[in-house]
Amino acid sequence: MTDPVRGFVGTDLACRRSERMVFARLDFHVPHGGALLLTGPNGSGKSSLLRLMAGLIKPFAGRLEWDGAPVRDDPAAHRERIAYLGHQEALKPVLTAVENVRAWVGLVGRADRAEAALAAMGLGALIDLPARFLSAGQRRRVALARVVASGASLWLLDEPTVGLDTASIAALEQALAVHRAAGGIVIAATHMAIDLPGARPLDLAQFAVTGFAEQFEAA
Amino acid sequence: MNPVLQIFWQNLRLQLKQSSDLVAPIAFFGIATMLAPLGIGPEPNLLSRLAPGMIWIAALLSTQLALDRLFQRDYEDGSLDLLALAPVPLELAMLAKTAAHWVATGVPVLIAAPLLGLMLGLDGGSYGALELSLLLGTPILSLIGAFGAAVTLGARRGGALLAVLVLPLYVPVLIFATSAVGAAGEGLSPWPHLLLLGSMLAAVVALAPFAAAAALRNALE
Amino acid sequence: MTTAPTRQARVSLLHRYANPAAFGRLSARILPWSTAIAVLLLGAGLYFALFDSPPDYQQGNTVRIMYLHVPAAIMSELVYGAMAAAAAAGFIWKHALADLFVKAAAPLGAAFTLICLVTGSLWGRPMWGAWWVWDARLTSELVLFFLYLGYIALVDAFDDPERGLKAGAILVLVGVVDLPIIKFSVDWWNTLHQPSSLMSLSGPKIHGSMLLPLFLMIGGFVAFFLTVVLLRLESELLARRIRAWRSAAGDAS
Repeated sequence: MTDPVRGFVGTDLACRRSERMVFARLDFHVPHGGALLLTGPNGSGKSSLLRLMAGLIKPFAGRLEWDGAPVRDDPAAHRERIAYLGHQEALKPVLTAVENVRAWVGLVGRADRAEAALAAMGLGALIDLPARFLSAGQRRRVALARVVASGASLWLLDEPTVGLDTASIAALEQALAVHRAAGGIVIAATHMAIDLPGARPLDLAQFAVTGFAEQFEAA
Repeated sequence: MNPVLQIFWQNLRLQLKQSSDLVAPIAFFGIATMLAPLGIGPEPNLLSRLAPGMIWIAALLSTQLALDRLFQRDYEDGSLDLLALAPVPLELAMLAKTAAHWVATGVPVLIAAPLLGLMLGLDGGSYGALELSLLLGTPILSLIGAFGAAVTLGARRGGALLAVLVLPLYVPVLIFATSAVGAAGEGLSPWPHLLLLGSMLAAVVALAPFAAAAALRNALE
Repeated sequence: MTTAPTRQARVSLLHRYANPAAFGRLSARILPWSTAIAVLLLGAGLYFALFDSPPDYQQGNTVRIMYLHVPAAIMSELVYGAMAAAAAAGFIWKHALADLFVKAAAPLGAAFTLICLVTGSLWGRPMWGAWWVWDARLTSELVLFFLYLGYIALVDAFDDPERGLKAGAILVLVGVVDLPIIKFSVDWWNTLHQPSSLMSLSGPKIHGSMLLPLFLMIGGFVAFFLTVVLLRLESELLARRIRAWRSAAGDAS
């Protein structure tokens, strides 16, 4: 039985975008080495929740804790432990695949891991190709390689499998397994079924806020 | 290498690689200055009196043109999210990006200005003051402009809106800079004006990154 | 649920007046008073300004424009200061009303600035024969006018109203820091280019008998501002409620 305080914990989270409450009273707990799978219809707030976990959005209510310590007490430490993959890949067309990855992981001093991560995602042959020549699936894999090379403990992935073929999905699943085996946490929102053994599901539709009064007075 | 320096060099390399982006603002600087004699008349005495103001107004307009794109691409391709999550305080990252932008766009202005001064018949003793005023003033324009670019991210009609927000804030820079050049032209010392410009630069370097970072965080929400 | 009771209470206090019904009750108590005071002060002020105060020995009756020009100038800066204070309060205490106050006050501040500019122009015409003079005060007011317009344009340029309010709040804080620098630089510019003090619009010394109507007008303008800003705040809250209704209706269907 895991110590309930260790890991990544969210309590009573509420999120407000564009004057609407997207979700409220949301709780989750992911232990180290665990995974959380976000599901729910479009607009239910999967992307918002991931951005909230990353610290890009301030929660309207509730709190996040890492190993018992509130995240808001040390946002810099939280930034260092996350790797985030959003809808966009953040690739510069004029830079090569490896330069794109190094640009970000170099900030944490891990530029030397870039090539190996790209190889792990099956892009070994394309590392010196400028990003503007890459297909959609290849771009996604470059962004995933960035996550892999980052050395972060918490991976927040928004639709990681978009544009990936079965071989690439297998490479992704392998990378996720390696990460979790080392004690890392994976939180992913995905439409496609990927192999995340033991992943806890989180259905955002459960936490939706409907009804006029709730929209306005939810707290 | 220090991550802040890495961000500076990466952004500078990107600016230089996408060099077509750099041509338009400097061309605009030249064209806008050229409109002065066309609109006012080529009489040398008049032009040489108007030269400091015309060059500086053209510098103001061309700087804020270039700034429109400062964050837009990063906002659209997701790089801004990653910058906000980088192990560097967002304020320092902003400073680094703006510094890279200034090197790529401000330095051409510094080089082109004396040539434009020649064309407008700028008084011989004023060139030093002109260059110094641009050296101190264009970073202020870039920093305030970076704030403007950050606060208009995600807004409609971004370009004209950016100009409306930022040009009133530029007024002190225009005044101190042109009075410095004007003073030099009359044989007076430009230093009181340049020192005022310098202290404004110091204040803006300290404060603008905070405003720009706050505006960026709002845009990413 | 394990939210501490003090947090729960604090949240509801913050949002109590963000509820239009609660705010409506508050403003319903204040509005009749502020309206009455505004009408009284402005009425008395205009009476003294137009009829019961002496004409200036130099300018004759045109000096009476001062009774509009000076209060408008004072209000234009007071309102911007109030907007900046509210924006700062919005950042520190995160009260829902703070940013809405800034939005409600902005067009009023812009209007005061415009009145100041127009009356300044009308005042200058008989004195110097020109419709506009580039003196320090009018030029600073002109820049302030554009700061107001910039805020109004920015807040309305976002599809997400809350993002617009926050962006505007940051802009106002930057503006209020730059405003003293702008005024100083315009003064600097003015003394460099126009050493003669004849051009100054604060020209005639203010005589004792002019003080009463002046203060009455200033007081009236303040009461007028409070009245109208309360009304605008109410309508902003109601507009927000309507938007919430609409999106809830959209969800239900």
